[in-house]
Amino acid sequence: MAAPSSTETETAGPRRVVLGVQEALDLDAPDLPSEPMPLNMGPSHPAMHGTVRMVLEVEGEKITTADVQIGYLHRCFEKESEHATWTQIFPYTDRLNYVSPMLNNVGYAMAVEKLLGIDRRIPERAQFIRVLIGEISRITDHMTCLGAGAMELGAFTPFLYLLKAREWLYELLEELSGARLTHSYVRIGGLTHDLTDDFVPRLRDIINRMRGVLVDCDKLLTRNRIFRDRMDGIGIISKEDAMAWGLTGPVGRSTGLAYDVRKDHPYLVYDRFDFDVPVGSVGDNFDRYAVRLEEIQQSMRILEQAMDKLPAGPFTLDDPRIALPPKSETYNSIEAMIAHFKIIMDGIHVPAGEVYSFTEGGNGELGFYIVSDGTGRPWKCRVRPPCVPAVAILGKVLPGLFIADIVPTFGMMNMIGGECDR
Amino acid sequence: MAQLVLDRLALHFTGGEIEETGSQHGNEWARIHRKSWVRVCTFLRDDPVTDMKMFIDLTCVDRFSREPRFDVVLHVYSVARKHRVRLYAGVALEDPTLDTLVSVWPGANWFEREAFDLYGVRFTGHPDLRRILMYPEFVGHPLRKDYPKEKRQPLVRRTPGSVD
Repeated sequence: MAAPSSTETETAGPRRVVLGVQEALDLDAPDLPSEPMPLNMGPSHPAMHGTVRMVLEVEGEKITTADVQIGYLHRCFEKESEHATWTQIFPYTDRLNYVSPMLNNVGYAMAVEKLLGIDRRIPERAQFIRVLIGEISRITDHMTCLGAGAMELGAFTPFLYLLKAREWLYELLEELSGARLTHSYVRIGGLTHDLTDDFVPRLRDIINRMRGVLVDCDKLLTRNRIFRDRMDGIGIISKEDAMAWGLTGPVGRSTGLAYDVRKDHPYLVYDRFDFDVPVGSVGDNFDRYAVRLEEIQQSMRILEQAMDKLPAGPFTLDDPRIALPPKSETYNSIEAMIAHFKIIMDGIHVPAGEVYSFTEGGNGELGFYIVSDGTGRPWKCRVRPPCVPAVAILGKVLPGLFIADIVPTFGMMNMIGGECDR
Repeated sequence: MAQLVLDRLALHFTGGEIEETGSQHGNEWARIHRKSWVRVCTFLRDDPVTDMKMFIDLTCVDRFSREPRFDVVLHVYSVARKHRVRLYAGVALEDPTLDTLVSVWPGANWFEREAFDLYGVRFTGHPDLRRILMYPEFVGHPLRKDYPKEKRQPLVRRTPGSVD
């Protein structure tokens, strides 16, 4: 606020402040009468990540109703999956939550493995590598959310720092899988190939450098007056609402709901690691920020333990009916070529049945509900998208807030268009 | 683990509300009569033993050659007791309606809109049953098995007589 003007002492009555040279604000004045006004935000708006539209009704600066409309990024994931063989679906899963594709790969592979009844036979090394790449993806997911959230509130430096660190991880995954974002690295029964030779030392180096970046961001944001003013006490969600609306992941945990699939229903080898699940106490935007920041630290703990314990062994199941032959054989022998062709074009024969398999994705419980009719293609392949409930609850959270509060509230929900609209 | 939930349902509902129960791949499921859908769900939420306070997922399956053709599939979870259950409700093509669960778990709102949008199941009593993923002008329900994958409905109309 500007310093009080000299006129304040002269005129009794309402307190006045001077903005620039003009007398402008009368802070004690009652709200001016205003008519409800419809206001469109999005679908193409810098703060509406991906594409989402909000039809608001505002009175002055205050929101009275908010109608959030999704679907602009609908790519028919389910319809396409019903016409693709089990292996061909992996590239589609990459594009669900495109800032943590590995987690989607792992979640989908585990669902099909349960249907096949091979989920307990996945080699240990493959499970450890799945944890490694999954936690790396979780870190990139949270870094994107925190960085973009801070940038939208005017803090550009932490955004650049966090995206720089995210790029280190992307480069590592690119070296591993060949693609920066759309990895498709996981396969039913294991992985496409083993870790690269220098993966572990490089990851250790990146984690060390990342610690410094996170300290910087913590210092720049956590006690930053401007940042806190726009985060504290804004967009409060109660624990009861979180449950009734199906909020999971960092958004659910920010309300105090201590539900983390990795802890409550350990899958892969998560029960062998020592890590904590951070929970919030207020359920506001700052809690969502703080939970994500702490989860990055916890993910780094898991990564270090997984690297220490990483066992040797095969990286995929030794079953020619399920696992693809190695590329070197595919290109050099007719038998492997035919096996490859059969698995890709004809599909793995998954027994008829239904399964709901759930893992902890970047945004919460990532569920795959798959119905198989015994052929090489799924009858139904449904994703339970964790960010749909978080976006849905905005219609309840936003009324009563100001227009400017939409940006941090929406940012901390971390809507990922690809996952929300599928 | 969630067998407890099924036992509880069998104990409490004896009038044919629970049509069938089972367990596959570690997922316990129960088929609920369409008319008792909301009553059973409310019980699951409020009963201290089942304690299904958390809404997880609601979707639909098109069984195509079977009667009733559609299954509305619900997944709910108990945070305190760490068990979950899957519920089905059969919905026929001739009368694709089911009572809404928005009053039981408000989170069902968007999921029911999606099931309506993609499968055409109407949820009676739903406060805002609009399309959610497709655009309002869209004709039909794309995830039904008789909707061809290649079918296109472009929003931008070609002018009559123009060459495509």
